[in-house]
Amino acid sequence: MKLVIGIVRPEKTNDVLEALYRAEVRGLSMTRVEGHGGELDRVETYRGTTVQVGVSDKVRFEIAVSDEFVQPTIDALCAGGRTGEVGDGKIFVVPVERVVRIRTGETDVAAVTPVTA
Amino acid sequence: MAAAQIDSGDTAWMLAATALVLLMTPALGLFYAGLVRSKNTLNTFMMCIAALAVATVTWAAVGYSLAFNGNSGFVGGLGNAFLHDVTFAPRDGTQIPHLLFFAFQATFCIVTTALVSGAVVERMRFGPFLAFAALWSVLVYGVLAHWAFGGGFLQAHGTLDFAGGIPVEMGSGFSALAAALAVGARKDWGRQAILPHNAVYVLLGAGLLWFGWFGFNGGSGFSTGDAGVLAFVNTLLTPACTLATWFVLDVMRARQVTAIGAATAIVVGCVGITPAAGFISPGWAMLLGVIAAVPSYAVIMLRPRSRVDETLDVLAAHGVAGFTGILFIGFFAQHSWNGVSDGLLYGNAAQLGHQALAALVAPIYAFCATFALVKLIGLFTPLRVQEGEEALGLDIVSHGEEAYPTGEGAILVPV
Repeated sequence: MKLVIGIVRPEKTNDVLEALYRAEVRGLSMTRVEGHGGELDRVETYRGTTVQVGVSDKVRFEIAVSDEFVQPTIDALCAGGRTGEVGDGKIFVVPVERVVRIRTGETDVAAVTPVTA
Repeated sequence: MAAAQIDSGDTAWMLAATALVLLMTPALGLFYAGLVRSKNTLNTFMMCIAALAVATVTWAAVGYSLAFNGNSGFVGGLGNAFLHDVTFAPRDGTQIPHLLFFAFQATFCIVTTALVSGAVVERMRFGPFLAFAALWSVLVYGVLAHWAFGGGFLQAHGTLDFAGGIPVEMGSGFSALAAALAVGARKDWGRQAILPHNAVYVLLGAGLLWFGWFGFNGGSGFSTGDAGVLAFVNTLLTPACTLATWFVLDVMRARQVTAIGAATAIVVGCVGITPAAGFISPGWAMLLGVIAAVPSYAVIMLRPRSRVDETLDVLAAHGVAGFTGILFIGFFAQHSWNGVSDGLLYGNAAQLGHQALAALVAPIYAFCATFALVKLIGLFTPLRVQEGEEALGLDIVSHGEEAYPTGEGAILVPV
């Protein structure tokens, strides 16, 4: 089991969700985050105050999957999130020690397998 | 020249009415801003604010003169260009200063120009929009205002339009459709759900629009006489009936009354009564409120299923409701209330013909002229932002500001 963390542009969120859906990856959480990934700062002016905004809005996906789903998940994040410009985001894959589905008490692979019926 | 006198009561009311109508433009900005996504809030609002800057200047320069100078059929003359001869003497047919008459009409031109922006928000570049607003306010609004108010062929033939069903409502609505088709749909249109980001803005904007509309309709009699009072009261009655009808339609459709639907209903009702305000009895005005809701509701339900991204439904709320109001006069105008003319119901079938003529030619002119105008501007400069910029949002791209900045991660740049 792995936890796939994908940080993408907010405007690509829908494309990523669609790609994940096509890859049959069903369980996920997402959060709005702010971060900096080497893209150019943008300059904003409010009356006399000019500021350089170094962090940009991003969306962070967290997806726990069984091993055979790791590559499809990564592919979906890349396909949905890429624009080719600096700032498209990163994917981190980290090992997961335990997973518990709260409703049933199922653990590990059973817990990350989507409920079908 | 007849020795018309300035009436102090009329003048006092028209000064206040002018300010009321001016408020409608920022109110519309608030209404529109709530309907778009948060990343386009400021740009959408700024298109309305831009109308204050651009249309005021073009109106003073030539727009007013083309609309209100002389009685030729198609367009007025240049005798009042740059406010030449627009002074304290009474405007013909009124007892208010010509200068005040100009200012009152200017606020109409401004809000109508702002209305059209609703068709092209979330993708049109700001610069080309400014050019569009400048040309549209003269070539489309000015011409239609001449037809309806300034002694042009519709007014001369007997078409009744109290406060702007022709230039303001049908003018903006059918121009919006043309502008949306000429600029093209947003890139996300039909691919993702695009939801209003703040329904409270929408409700507050609609409320302020209604408030301003008392000046818009109530002032269009240019006096405190019967017509002005009738128009003022009808501006209360019709939108309230539209609102109630909208509740019923909402319940029939989905068993729930929606807030954004309610805000829309207020606008539809105000639009519906605009042409008819001083011409129909309060009772018929209430019926108009009920009737006006139906076609606009239908267009609002059907339009998002089409491929036309007329983004904020200017056609449904203004074009269609204005069309309904203009035709309604043809049936229900009542000489005993307006002192001008009867409609079909009171034995004057010809009035319906006059109204139908306006309902035919005004939309055609508005649509064709606007389509040509947008395409013309498109020959000189790109109309739209690039796809990536559209994704990022036009607040940052066009204005370098955000509507909801957190201030986190912002570094002060030394000047």
